[in-house]
Amino acid sequence: MYSRAYKTIVSLPPLLWVGVFLLLPYALMFAHSFWAVRDGTVVHQWNLNNYHTLFSKPVYLEVLLRTMRIAASVTLCSLLLGYPLAYYLSFHSGARKELLYQLVIVPLWVSYLVRGYAWKTILGSEGVLNGFLQYLHLTHEPVSFLLYSPFAVVLMLTHIYTPFVFLPIYAALEHIPRPLVEASQDLGAGSAQTFLRVIFPLSIPGLVAGATFAFVLSLGDFLAPLLVGGASSTMISNVVQSLFGAALDWPLGAAISVCIVIVIISLLFLTERLEKRWSFK
Amino acid sequence: MSPSTPTRRSRLLTIYAALVFAFIYLPIVILILYSFNRDGVGGFPPRHFTFEWYRQLFADGPIWDSVLNSLIVAAGSVVLSLTLGLLAALALDRANFPGKALFRRLVLLPLILPGIITGLSLLMFAVVSGVQLSLFTVFLGHGTALISVATTELFAGLQKMDRAQEEASLDLGATPWQTFWRVTLPNLKLSLIAAGLLIFTLSMDEIAVTFFLIGRDNTLPLEIWGRLRRGITPEINAVSTLIFAVSVGLIVIWYRVRTRGLGADAQELLERP
Repeated sequence: MYSRAYKTIVSLPPLLWVGVFLLLPYALMFAHSFWAVRDGTVVHQWNLNNYHTLFSKPVYLEVLLRTMRIAASVTLCSLLLGYPLAYYLSFHSGARKELLYQLVIVPLWVSYLVRGYAWKTILGSEGVLNGFLQYLHLTHEPVSFLLYSPFAVVLMLTHIYTPFVFLPIYAALEHIPRPLVEASQDLGAGSAQTFLRVIFPLSIPGLVAGATFAFVLSLGDFLAPLLVGGASSTMISNVVQSLFGAALDWPLGAAISVCIVIVIISLLFLTERLEKRWSFK
Repeated sequence: MSPSTPTRRSRLLTIYAALVFAFIYLPIVILILYSFNRDGVGGFPPRHFTFEWYRQLFADGPIWDSVLNSLIVAAGSVVLSLTLGLLAALALDRANFPGKALFRRLVLLPLILPGIITGLSLLMFAVVSGVQLSLFTVFLGHGTALISVATTELFAGLQKMDRAQEEASLDLGATPWQTFWRVTLPNLKLSLIAAGLLIFTLSMDEIAVTFFLIGRDNTLPLEIWGRLRRGITPEINAVSTLIFAVSVGLIVIWYRVRTRGLGADAQELLERP
């Protein structure tokens, strides 16, 4: 029913725009990863040296592993907080369900920076937590290991991504047909058994989606380490940032970026399959 | 199993849920509380209630300049990404063109990839094409990255729309142009408002992409970021409290307009032919 002209008019501008301002920049990033740098300027000489450097110098692999460790910790912590919360809301919150749901969602849209800053003021050596501990006479010296550590990064990112993880799990739990749960109980299964054998398996697609969110989002984060992490929790994106900044080696930074993209895309591909396999529709 | 176990277990679950809520909200509460504390951002308990930090904040020129910059960038981004997102959603819904599958995924990439990747790609593009970094590059970056959000929301709106109305309009002799303005657009009003609010909020808060595209003039998050490096004062608590209040206000409006999540919409966009 739509004319050829109509279709052209609606497709052409976004295609052109996305082609120029998105595809081209991403392609430029990709191309840079195969170029070289000489005397601080990029020379368009195609080679694989950047990738060779990445895989031969242990420092990059080390940082990548640390990043994955941090991202995995964030994922695990967010699941430990988000799953029981989603389960509680879906099955045990009664009439307050709608209100509590909104309460979990609100922080999702509250500034990343504001929340990161809040943790900085809490964890610092003259921060709120230290003040609290000294007020209770639990310590006399300020505890200084809280801020500027991988722990602080994990804490801050867990705080930010718990609602992200909560959402898909809650959606999955809400989609479980209640008669299924009742049938399990009627047939004599206890509540623990019903949870383990009916509810939990049916919530796995949501759990996988939530875990993917948390992992992918923390994997690329470079602000949390700058804000609360310090040198001991430098993550892979911080390396990219410094290569593009002070170190002025764009090609190497681009090569790391390409690796990050490959990791993320393959992860998404994998979890999409997992979700499909575990969904019961 | 004793009969009392389920109730005890559910009580434990309730306590656990309450603790998770405390974890989510405590930092925000503390932040707000200490914006009224005369003795600074740390220490316990907060003593000496004061409005001093708010007074300093309202007299702080650079902060309000950056707020104005952020508002300009956000408003521009809303217009740019809504326009292109609307066209993209119409194209994905109604037209077939070569590379459609690629386009669908490409549009969503800024939503999926870390901000640093999108930000650096755009930085390289700006440098290679000889464009000087300024608020204009930030606006181009936000506007382009947030087409993902606009397309997702508006595509979902189009999917729910009743095509028969457009057919009737065309059958009754309206031109496609008239049909677009009088039937299609009014039907998408809620999706447009919802997407606009979301884009506005996301642009106001954006750091990762902005970080690499910023010129001399700061946006609000970048201005705060710069100050965090120089040491912290409760003035930042005060401005954070205001940002929090404004975000909550926008969220409330957003919820009035819209109840479905962005994730569900993105799913739909990916799965439809």
